[in-house]
Amino acid sequence: MHKQSVKKWGALVTAVLAAALLSGCGPQYLVFHPVGPVGKQELNLIITSVILIAIVIVPTLAIFFFIIFRYRNTPGNKAKYSPEWSESKVLEVVWWSIPIIIVGILSVFTAKTTFALTRPPEQNVNPMTIEVTSLDWKWLFQYPGQGVATVNYCEIPTGVPVQFVLTSDAPMNSFWVPQLGGQEYTMPGMAMGLWLQADKPGQYYGHGANFTGRGFAHDDFTVIAASNSDFNKWVSQTKSSAPALTMADYNKLKKPSTMGTASYSSFPKGLFDNVIWSEGGRYMPGTMNMAGMASGNSTAMSNSTAKSGIANEASQSSSSNK
Amino acid sequence: MPAALKQFTDTYLMWNEGYLIWISDILIALTSIGIVATLTYFKKWKWLWKEWLTSVDHKRIGIMYLIAALLMMFRGGADAMLLRTQLASPNSHFLTAEHYDQIFTTHGTIMILFMAMPMIFAMFNIVVPLQIGARDVAFPYLNAISFWLFFFGAMLFNISFVFGGSPDAGWVSYPPLTELGFDKGPGENFYLLSLQISGIGSIATGINFLATILKMRAPGMKLMRMPLFTWSVVAASIVIIFAFPALTIALALLMLDRIVGTHFFTMLHGGDPMMFVNLFWIWGHPEVYIVVLPAFGVFSEVVATFARKRIFGYTSMVASLLLISVISYFVWAHHFFTMGAGADVNTFFAVASMMVAIPTGVKVFNWLFTMFRGRISFELPMLWTLAFVPNFIIGGATGVMLAVAPADYQYHNSYFLIAHFHQVLIAGPVFGLIAGMYFWWPKMFGFKLDEKIGRIAFWLFNIGFYVCFMPQYALGFKGMQRRMYTYPAGMGWHTLNLISTIGAYIMGLGFLFIVVQIVYSIKYGERDLTGDPWNGRTLEWSLPSPAPHYNFAVIPTVTDRDMLWVMKQEGREGELRRINPDAIADIHMPKNSGRPFLMGLAFFVAGFGFVFNWYVLAVIGLVGVALTMILRAFEWDDEYHILAEEVREVEAALGRL
Ligand code: HEM
Repeated sequence: MHKQSVKKWGALVTAVLAAALLSGCGPQYLVFHPVGPVGKQELNLIITSVILIAIVIVPTLAIFFFIIFRYRNTPGNKAKYSPEWSESKVLEVVWWSIPIIIVGILSVFTAKTTFALTRPPEQNVNPMTIEVTSLDWKWLFQYPGQGVATVNYCEIPTGVPVQFVLTSDAPMNSFWVPQLGGQEYTMPGMAMGLWLQADKPGQYYGHGANFTGRGFAHDDFTVIAASNSDFNKWVSQTKSSAPALTMADYNKLKKPSTMGTASYSSFPKGLFDNVIWSEGGRYMPGTMNMAGMASGNSTAMSNSTAKSGIANEASQSSSSNK
Repeated sequence: MPAALKQFTDTYLMWNEGYLIWISDILIALTSIGIVATLTYFKKWKWLWKEWLTSVDHKRIGIMYLIAALLMMFRGGADAMLLRTQLASPNSHFLTAEHYDQIFTTHGTIMILFMAMPMIFAMFNIVVPLQIGARDVAFPYLNAISFWLFFFGAMLFNISFVFGGSPDAGWVSYPPLTELGFDKGPGENFYLLSLQISGIGSIATGINFLATILKMRAPGMKLMRMPLFTWSVVAASIVIIFAFPALTIALALLMLDRIVGTHFFTMLHGGDPMMFVNLFWIWGHPEVYIVVLPAFGVFSEVVATFARKRIFGYTSMVASLLLISVISYFVWAHHFFTMGAGADVNTFFAVASMMVAIPTGVKVFNWLFTMFRGRISFELPMLWTLAFVPNFIIGGATGVMLAVAPADYQYHNSYFLIAHFHQVLIAGPVFGLIAGMYFWWPKMFGFKLDEKIGRIAFWLFNIGFYVCFMPQYALGFKGMQRRMYTYPAGMGWHTLNLISTIGAYIMGLGFLFIVVQIVYSIKYGERDLTGDPWNGRTLEWSLPSPAPHYNFAVIPTVTDRDMLWVMKQEGREGELRRINPDAIADIHMPKNSGRPFLMGLAFFVAGFGFVFNWYVLAVIGLVGVALTMILRAFEWDDEYHILAEEVREVEAALGRL
C-alpha cells in the first residue's frame, strides 16, 4: 500500500505539473507573451527565478521521495537505521549555505530589474504621457499632449515609452495590462507613475486588478497599439469627430456604473490635477507643487516629462509611510 | 405583510435577496432547534454548563477550540464550494456579484481568523502543559476568557450573513472602499467588531502561553530540552504579542472613521489609506507565520515519532523558528510592491522576503534528514506530514517567485497569488493541524481515529488539492484577477476554472470523510489503553489517555529532550508511569467560573450594538463587560486543592500506583 501509493502520488503531481507547464505555450498565457520591453524584462526575471529555484527544489523533491521509499518501516528493510544520529555540522553548513547563495544571486537580479523599471524603457525616443483615472467601474484616459480623452480603451503608438500617470476618483484600483507589463495601483489623492511600451501593433487586454466592489468583474479596458502614423491619424480623427468631455460628463462618469468605450475630442483643463487635489492631494506634502507642477527632477524617475515629477514625488511620499 | 415588518425583513433579514439567504436561515434554525432539543432530551444543560462552558481546564478549552475550528472549517469550506461553483463556468449567474463579494470575504476571514487561529490554539491548549510537565497554563481564567472572546467574535461574524449582511470588501478590508463613502452597510462593522473582540482574546493567549512556557516547565526541562512543538509555540506567541496590537489599532481607527466620523484613512481631510494598508500587513504577514509555525512544530514531533529517530539538527530547528519569527516583521510591504513604493523600498522588502526561505529551507532539510536512516511508518499523522513536504516545497518556491518584486508586478492580484497562498496555507496550517489532530486525538479522547476512513479522506483531500490549485497558477499567467465574481468566455479561462472547481469538490468530499471518520470512531475507534499509542517520545505520552484533570500526579524531573524515548531505551519508562504513592501531595487547582462566558456574551452584545449603531444595546454590553471585570477583582476564593487521597484514588483506578 505505502510504496505504491507514494509512487502513484508522485506520478500524479508530476503529471499535473507537466500539464500545467506544457500548456504554458498558448498565446492566451498573456504573461508569457509580452509585446514590450517592460513585460519582457519581467518575463526574463520570472524565468531566471524559476531556474534558480528549481536548482534547489528539484533535488530536494528527489531526495524526499528517495528517503521515504528507502527508509520505510517494512520487515527486512536492510537500509541503515541509526535512531540516535541527529547532528552533522557539515551537512548543516551545506544546507544553510545553499539557500543563502541562491537567494543572494536572485536578489541581485531582482534589485537590477526593480531599478531598471523605474526608468523609461527606451532612452532615445521622446516619451509620451497618458493620465489615467480609475472610476467606478471604468477607466478614463487623458492625453495631455494630444488633448484628447477616452474611456475604457486607450491608443498608444508602438515603440514609444509611455508614462502612465495613475490616480483614482473611486476606491483604489490597480492598472494592469499583462502583455505590456506588470501593474501599479491607482490611489485617490495621489499620482503614481508606470512606464510601459508596446513594440507590436495589436489590442491588449487590460483590467483593474484591485477589488473595487460590485462592478469589479466588468472593469476591463483595451490598450490599442498602432504605428506612429496610425496613432496620429486616430488622434486627429478623434479631435475632429468626437464630442468634448465636459465637467457634467465627468460627473456622470464618476457615478458607479459600467459602460462600453467612449472618445472625447477634449477635456476640461486641469481636470486630472484637480481630481487629485480635491481627492486629498492637497494634504500630501510634495504630491502637488500644483501650480505648474514643473518640478520634474529627482531620482527614481529621472529623464521624464514634467508630469512624472508628480508621479515621482507621490511615490516617495507614499513610500515614506512604509 | 405590514409595511413595517416588510421593511424589517428586507433591511435586516434580507429575505428579498433570494434562496441563498432562506436556505441559510432554515439551516441555522434547524441546527439550533436540534442542539436545544438534544440537550433538553438528554438533560445535559447542567452538564454542559458545569463541565464545559465554565471550565478553565486547558484540556477542555483545547477541545472546545478544536470543535469550533472544525465547525468554522465547515463554514469556510461551504463558502469555498459556493465560490468555486460560481466560477465553474463563464458568465455564470449562480451567485450575484453582491453575494460573491460577501462570500469571498467571509471565506477568507473565517479561514484565517476563525479556523486557523482556533486550530492552533486548540493545539497550544491540548499539548503544551502536558509536554512541559505543567498542571495548567499560567493564567487559566484568562485562558477561558480568550476562548469565549474568540467564540463570540466568531458568532458575531457568522450571523452577519443572515442578519444585516456580511462584509464584502475582502479579508484585507482596505479603505477607502471600506469607508462610509463607499460602504454604508453594517457588514463592514461586523468585520471590524468581531475581529476586534476575538483579537483581544488572541493577544491574551499569546501572553498566556509565553508565560506558561517560560515559568511552568517541569524541573530539569531547560529551554534547550523543550520539545520542538513547545518551541514553535514560543515563537508563535512572541509573534502574536508583537503583531496583534497593530491589527487592534488598525481596526479601532477604521471603526472610529465609520462610527464617529474621524478621517484616519480617508484621503479627504488629510487621512491616508496607505496607513491602514501598512498597519494591516504589519499584523497580516506575521499572522500567516503565527498559523504556520505551530504546524512546523507538529511536523517536527510527528516526523521524529514516526521515523523512530531523534529530530535532526535540533539547534538549527530552534534557531530557524526564532529567525523566521524575526524576519516575518520585515517583509510586510511585499503585499503591496505595486502601491508606489520606490525601487529602494521594494528591493529591501523583496530581499527580506526571500530570506524567509532560508530558515524554512533548513527546516525542510532537517525533517528530511530526520527520516534519513530512520524507520518510517505511514500512519495518519505521518501521511499528512509527508504530504506537506512536497506541497510546501512547491508553495515555498512560488513564494520566492512572488518575492521577486518586478515579477510580482505581474502576479499581484492574480490567480497565481491565490494559488500560492492557498498552497502554503493548506499544506502548512491545515495539513499540520490535521496531522496534529490525528496525533493527539487519542490523548484528548482516549481513542484513535479510524485509519481506513482516514486514508480515504487523505487521498481525496490531497488529490483534490492539486486538481484545485495547480490550474490556478496557470490562470494567473493567463491574466485572471482574483475576486472576479464572473469572467467572460473569450479569455481561455473556463477549462482551467472547471478543473479547479472539480478539485474543490474532491477536497470537500475529503473533508466530509473526516467528519464521517470522527463520528464512526467515537463508537468503533481503537481504544487507547496505554496512553502511548504511537510509541511517543515526550512527556505527554507518559500520561494515561485522556489525562486526568490535574495532568501529573507528581511532576517528573526531566533529564533529556526525548525524555520518554530515552527512558524506554534504558528500560526505565516505568519511573514515569508508576507513581510512588508517598510522593503524591495535595494539588492546587483553579476553580471553574462562568464569568468568562458571560464576559464573552457581554462583548457580543456590545459588538452587536455598535454594528448597527444601536447605542443603548452597546452600552448595556459594555456595562456587562465592566461588571464581569469588577466582580472578578473582588473574587478571593478562586482556587482549591485536590487532596492527595483523591489523587491516589484516581491514579490507583488508572493502575498507575
Ligand atoms: C477547500 C479548500 C479551499 C478552496 C476551494 C478555496 C477557494 C477559494 C476561492 C474560490 C477564493 C476566492 C478567490 C477570488 O475570487 O478571489 C478564496 C479566497 C481566499 N481563501 Fe480560500 N479556499 C480554500 C481553503 C482556504 C483555506 C484553508 C484558507 C486559509 C487558511 C483560505 C484562505 C483564503 C483567503 C485569505 C482568501 C482571500 C479572500 C479575499 O480575497 O479577501 N482558503 N478561496
